[in-house]
Amino acid sequence: MPKMTLSHFEAAFLFSVFTSVVLGIVTKRTDRERLQYGLYTFGMFLVALFGIGWLMFLGHR
Amino acid sequence: MAPVRTVLHSEKVAKQKEEKRPLPPVGVWAPAVALGWLVPGGGHFLLKRNGRGALLMLCVAGMFLCGLMMRGAMFQPQTGDLLTTLINTGGFIGDLCSGALYLLSVWLGYSQPDTAGHVHDYGTKFLVAAGLLNLLAVVDAFEIAAGRKD
Repeated sequence: MPKMTLSHFEAAFLFSVFTSVVLGIVTKRTDRERLQYGLYTFGMFLVALFGIGWLMFLGHR
Repeated sequence: MAPVRTVLHSEKVAKQKEEKRPLPPVGVWAPAVALGWLVPGGGHFLLKRNGRGALLMLCVAGMFLCGLMMRGAMFQPQTGDLLTTLINTGGFIGDLCSGALYLLSVWLGYSQPDTAGHVHDYGTKFLVAAGLLNLLAVVDAFEIAAGRKD
């Protein structure tokens, strides 16, 4: 099994992609709603990722 | 104001009706739930939701494989203080929810000690999260099989 070395950002990005797709599929009833919710969840993951990243950066200054 | 109240009331009534719907016989939903647990997305394939099944399989298996390649650790059930029990037993249940992926990797001898480092740490979380996402997929398969969802 090959070894995978990712940065914090890459690992969190990958986590967001997989989780958003599954949440979109299981929570909504139509394909359009699924797509919208998946994109919304992914966007929120990214907002949280950058937001918390900046908070930690500023907190360490 | 009145139309808003009417809409809210009708939503509440619909929700109550849905809650009161009796559970269908075990034979109707058990095969989809069992296959969904064993093979991620398998329950959806059984219920002829091939597109959704393929996406679920891709995401859960992809996440689990990423966890393995990051050399994440598998949890073993442990008892002790509340936090130890919660983390280790909860983590073990999360790992177990991946079904055949977990069983196969343990059977083939995957055993990674819990080492320090952010990649290993992410790997451990990926393995547990893959199981929890599969649990959501199983619940979705149950709802489809029970006729509560398309």
